[in-house]
Formats: sequence, structure tokens, C-alpha cells
Amino acid sequence: MNNSTNKENDQFLSTIKSTIGKDIIETNVFFNDFQIIVPSKKIFDVLTKLHINSYFAFDQLIDITAIDYPEKPKRFEVVYLLLSTITNQRLTVKIYVSEGELVQSCVSIFKSANWSEREIWDMFGIFFSGHPDLRRLLTDYGFEGHPLRKDFPLTGRVQVKYDTDQNKVIYEPVNLVQEYRDFDFLSPWERPNNKEMNDTGDKN
Amino acid sequence: MEKGRLRMGVDINENILSSDQDTLLNAAASDIRNKGFIIASADKLFNWARSGSLWPMSFGLACCAVEMMHAAASRYDMDRYGMLFRPSPRQADVMIVAGTLTNKMAPALRRVYDQMAEPRWVVSMGSCANGGGYYHYSYSVVRGCDRIVPVDVYVPGCPPTAEALIYGLLQLQKKIRRTATIAR
Repeated sequence: MNNSTNKENDQFLSTIKSTIGKDIIETNVFFNDFQIIVPSKKIFDVLTKLHINSYFAFDQLIDITAIDYPEKPKRFEVVYLLLSTITNQRLTVKIYVSEGELVQSCVSIFKSANWSEREIWDMFGIFFSGHPDLRRLLTDYGFEGHPLRKDFPLTGRVQVKYDTDQNKVIYEPVNLVQEYRDFDFLSPWERPNNKEMNDTGDKN
Repeated sequence: MEKGRLRMGVDINENILSSDQDTLLNAAASDIRNKGFIIASADKLFNWARSGSLWPMSFGLACCAVEMMHAAASRYDMDRYGMLFRPSPRQADVMIVAGTLTNKMAPALRRVYDQMAEPRWVVSMGSCANGGGYYHYSYSVVRGCDRIVPVDVYVPGCPPTAEALIYGLLQLQKKIRRTATIAR
């Protein structure tokens, strides 16, 4: 954010509030960047408004990411990172999604969402309705499970080897020759001790 | 030759070499004159030819591939050992597995290896190819490319330097010269 003052920040936030209206659950200023939290059902409408509205003109979707909080009733947070190349403004839009819930795909607004949504489907198992081609993006063909979920085992469930009898690469259950080593460091630098960072992650 | 002159040592070596060669040639010539044929060991000849023109296949998987490129480029210059990178497995003798081998890539690596003509060799380059390395406990990485293809030389390092790779390839040449069989 360049040359911004508090006044401009306030104006931006109030315009967001008036444009999106009652759909906003929460607004934050996070490390000098704006962040809004909206209901998961409204994400398509909100992104459309932010994209079309000439005051915001968010013409680029940088990335979509997700976070898994297994202890929460709505376990996933999906994070949309927007950039306006016209106003040089960034915005983070968050939604909370429970397991098995459908999220409306935003490929029709931002083409770059295509692979981002595929990656999130692959890694977290969040299903995007209306996506033109929702296949796995990164993991192996026929992979089972979603690796970035916290309940997915780090070493997975299968490993590959070449079978000399069948003359092909086969899958077998994971067998670790060397036990997993846990380096339990007691270090003051282990976790970020920033109040701002701790505040935003724990609310739902 | 005057002592302490620049090319003294070289001249002595050349003399020894040429006298050795003369003895050899004279012996061969007398064999042909007396018996009409000469006997030599064919495997030595084959091993000389094979180790002198090891054509690696360019199979770069990760950052190790960059060090492999350094080894091939002008500073270390694998060409001087007769090692020319080939883009096709059908023309290659040695596969350098340079980088992390993932589960998804494993069948493709095996297929490429199967397409190489015999005799063929595999150099496992870097920690990831040797045993999974940094990604040993990952859900998507093969814990060592020797689970997929038979490996002749392991080059340690993360990534190994270009010198290390060249040393590994020289070890492979040594291994080939030690082989006494013609077919593998």
C-alpha cells in the first residue's frame, strides 16, 4: 500500500462496507493490508462486486489458499488474495467452510482461479461447484486423501517400488525403515510472538 | 635434454610411451608374420569404447539438474570425457537421476530406463535420488531411486557440486573398465 493515510484507509473500508453491505462478517487491517470475512454462500457475489465495481477494480486474483483448523466446527478457511493493478490495492477475502460444504467456483470471474481451485480440491478436499474441470492438480494419479488436511499422515499411506515379477511400478503400504525423528526444539524463535498474528487466526 | 627445462618431463614420458608402443607393435607384427593371427582381449577393447563414450541422458528432475548442467558446460566440460547429453533414451548409455523422484514420476522414470539400450548404467545424483533426502518422510516422494531402477554409482550431496558429479562419472568409468563380461 503506497502513501496511504488513515483517512484513506477509513474511506476504503467504509466503501467496502457500503458496497457489500450486511454480508460482511468482519473487517480487519492485517499488517497494513485489508482483510474481510464474508459468509461462504456469498463469496461469488462479493467477488463479482469487487471485480466489477470501478472504485475497487480488483482485476487480478493472485491466489486462493486454504487453512485447516480441525478443532473448529467449520474446519476450513478459504483465503482469496485480490490485487487491483489500477489502484495498486490488495485485499484478502476469507470464508469459513465446513467439511463437505460446496463453495461456488469463481472461474467465471477470474480465470486464474481454475488451477487454484483444483489445487485446493486436491490438497484439502474442498469441492467447488460450477468448476469446469475439477481434477486433482499435483498429487499422483489415483491418489487417495487430501494431504494438507491436518489428519492426513505425513508419510501418506502408500509408497511405490518396481516389481520385477510384474515388470511395473507398484504401490504398497508405507513401510518406514527409519523411524520418524521428532526434533523437539525448545527455542524462543519457534513461533511468531506477534499479537496481531495471534489475534486473527483464532476467531471464528 | 638440459635439466630444469620446461618440457623435460613431458619428453621423458613421450619416450617411454613410444618405446612401449613400439614393443607392442613389434610383437603384434611378428605374431602376424609367424602365425597369421594375433590374440587380444575383446572385453578390454569394448570397455575402452564404452567408458570412453558414455552418453548420459538428460534427465533433470530438480535443482541437481542445474549442477549437472554446470558439469556439462564449458568450465567442467563433460565433453572431454566423451560424455555428450542425448535427448533420447534410445541413444543413451547412462541415466543421471538428478533430483527428487516423486511417486508420480516413478513410472515415467522406469519407462525411460526400459527404453535405454543395453549396456546401460544409472548414476543416482544427490540426496533425494539416493534415499529421499530432505523429503524422506514425505507422502509423495520415492525413498531412493534404487527402488525403481538399479543404481551403479551414488553421488552424495545436496546438490552435489559439478566436481562431485564428474568424480562419480569417473568412478563409473572405472567400474566399467573393471567389468570382464561383454554382455551385462
